[in-house]
Amino acid sequence: MSEHIKKATLELLRRAATTLPSDIMNTLARAYENEESDAAKMNLKVILDNVRIAGEQSLPMCQDTGAPIFWIHYPRSYSQAELRRKMNEAVRVASQIPYLRPNAVDSITGKNSGDNIGAGVPVYHFEEWDENYLKVELMLKGGGSENVSPQYKLPDSSLGGGRNLEGVRRCVIDAVFKAQGLGCAPGVIGVAIGGNRDTAYAAAKKALMRPFDDQNSMPELNELEQRLLKELNELGIGPMGFGGKTTVLAVKAVALHRLPACFFVSIAYNCWALRRQTMIIKGGEVSYD
Amino acid sequence: MTELRLPTDEATIRELNVGDFVEITGVMFTGRDSAHSFLMEKEREKFKELLEGRIIYHCGPVVKKVDGEWKFISAGPTTSIREEPFQADVFKRYGLRGALGKGGMGKKTIAGCKEFGAVYLHAVGGAGALAAASVKRVKNVYMLEEFGVPEAFWEIEVERFPAVVTIDSKGRSLHEKVRADSEVIYKKLIGM
Repeated sequence: MSEHIKKATLELLRRAATTLPSDIMNTLARAYENEESDAAKMNLKVILDNVRIAGEQSLPMCQDTGAPIFWIHYPRSYSQAELRRKMNEAVRVASQIPYLRPNAVDSITGKNSGDNIGAGVPVYHFEEWDENYLKVELMLKGGGSENVSPQYKLPDSSLGGGRNLEGVRRCVIDAVFKAQGLGCAPGVIGVAIGGNRDTAYAAAKKALMRPFDDQNSMPELNELEQRLLKELNELGIGPMGFGGKTTVLAVKAVALHRLPACFFVSIAYNCWALRRQTMIIKGGEVSYD
Repeated sequence: MTELRLPTDEATIRELNVGDFVEITGVMFTGRDSAHSFLMEKEREKFKELLEGRIIYHCGPVVKKVDGEWKFISAGPTTSIREEPFQADVFKRYGLRGALGKGGMGKKTIAGCKEFGAVYLHAVGGAGALAAASVKRVKNVYMLEEFGVPEAFWEIEVERFPAVVTIDSKGRSLHEKVRADSEVIYKKLIGM
C-alpha cells in the first residue's frame, strides 16, 4: 500500500508540474482571443505553446516548480506519519527526475537541500475524514507570485477601507495594482477575509483550488468575486504587465471567523501557471482530476 | 523582429527601442541573487572576460545531467527587481550589455542602461519549457557547489531566444508607462 501511495504521488507531482487543468487552459485561450495588442497576444501565445510542449514532453512548464502544498483527507485506517514519509519520498524522487527544481534553501546558511525537503517544507495539511478513501490535493506555489501576496488589516486609512466588503475590495485592488506584472500576470487571486494571520493565508491558497467556473456558495462573496474580476481587468496591466485586457483570470474568496480585534485581508496571488491537481485513491484504484 | 547576436556592443544596443521584439543568439550567462552579490563583493577578474558584451539572464533553471552533460529542462525568467540594488553597477563593472528577466527593473537600472548603453529584455514568465528549447548547449557552470542549481552561473548557448525590450538605453521603460496608466484607473476604482 505504501509503495502504491508513493508511486501515485509521484504521478500527481508530474501532472502538477507539467500540465494545467482544462478550466485554466480554456480561460487562457479565451484571453488570447480577446486581447488586441501584439505584446499581450504574444505573451499569451507563448504561454499556451509552452504548456502544450511541457505536457507533450513531460517537462516542468515553469522552472520555478514552487513549494509543494498538500491537502490530504484520509480515512481512519491510514497512518498520517506513514503518509508523510511516502509523500516525502515521492517529492525526493520528483526532484531527481527532475519534475521539481530543488527549491528548499536553508535560510541561515543559504545551502539548498537539493531535494525539496527541509524545515517546514513540503507543506502538509492533514485532515482525517469519515469517507473510506484518500483524497490528495496538490498545489505547486511559485515564488514570484508569493512575493506579491500581501496581508492587510482593516481599517486601512490609506485606502479608506473599513471593516466590511468594500474595505476588502479596496485591499484586493491595491494588491493587484502594486503587483503589476511581477507575479506573472495574468494572475489568479485567492482572498481570505478574517481569520488569523496564519490560517488566513492557508485559506486564501486553498481558495485557489476551486475551479474557475464554479460559484461561491455565499452570495455576497460570489458577487464580490465577479465584481473584482471585472474591475481588476479594467486596470489594464495585462499579461506580464505589458498592458492589456487580461490582468487576472479568476478571483476566489473565502471568509473565516476572526477575533474581535482583528480584521485581516490576506491575498494569495498566483501566477497564470496555477498548478493544481487532485488525486483520489479508493479501493486501490487511483484517479486524477 | 530584431536579431541580437552575442557578444554585442554599445552601438547595437543603443539602436534598440522599448517594444522591440528580439531574438537572442549566442552565449549568455544566468545569474540571480547570489551571483549579483558575488559580482559586487569585489572585482572578479575571470568574470570580466566572460561577461563582456554579453547579457545576464535572471533565471534559476531546472537542469539534468544526460550522458555526463548538463541539459536545461525548464528555464524561464525569474523576477528581476531583486537585482535592482546591483544591476547598474554590474553592467558597468563587467561590461555587460543587458539583463534578461521578467517584471522589469527600477530607476537605478533605467539610469544605468541610459548611461552605460545597456538594455533590459523581458522574457515570458512561466514559459520555462519553451525557453529551455532555445538553449542549445550548456557550455559551463560556475559556483554550482556554493550557490546550488538555481543560483549558479550557467554559461549557455542560446539560439533565437525570444524577448521584448522593455527598458531601452534612452531612459524609457514600458513598466513605468503601464504603472502610470493603471494608476489612473486604480485611483478611480478606490475613489481617491
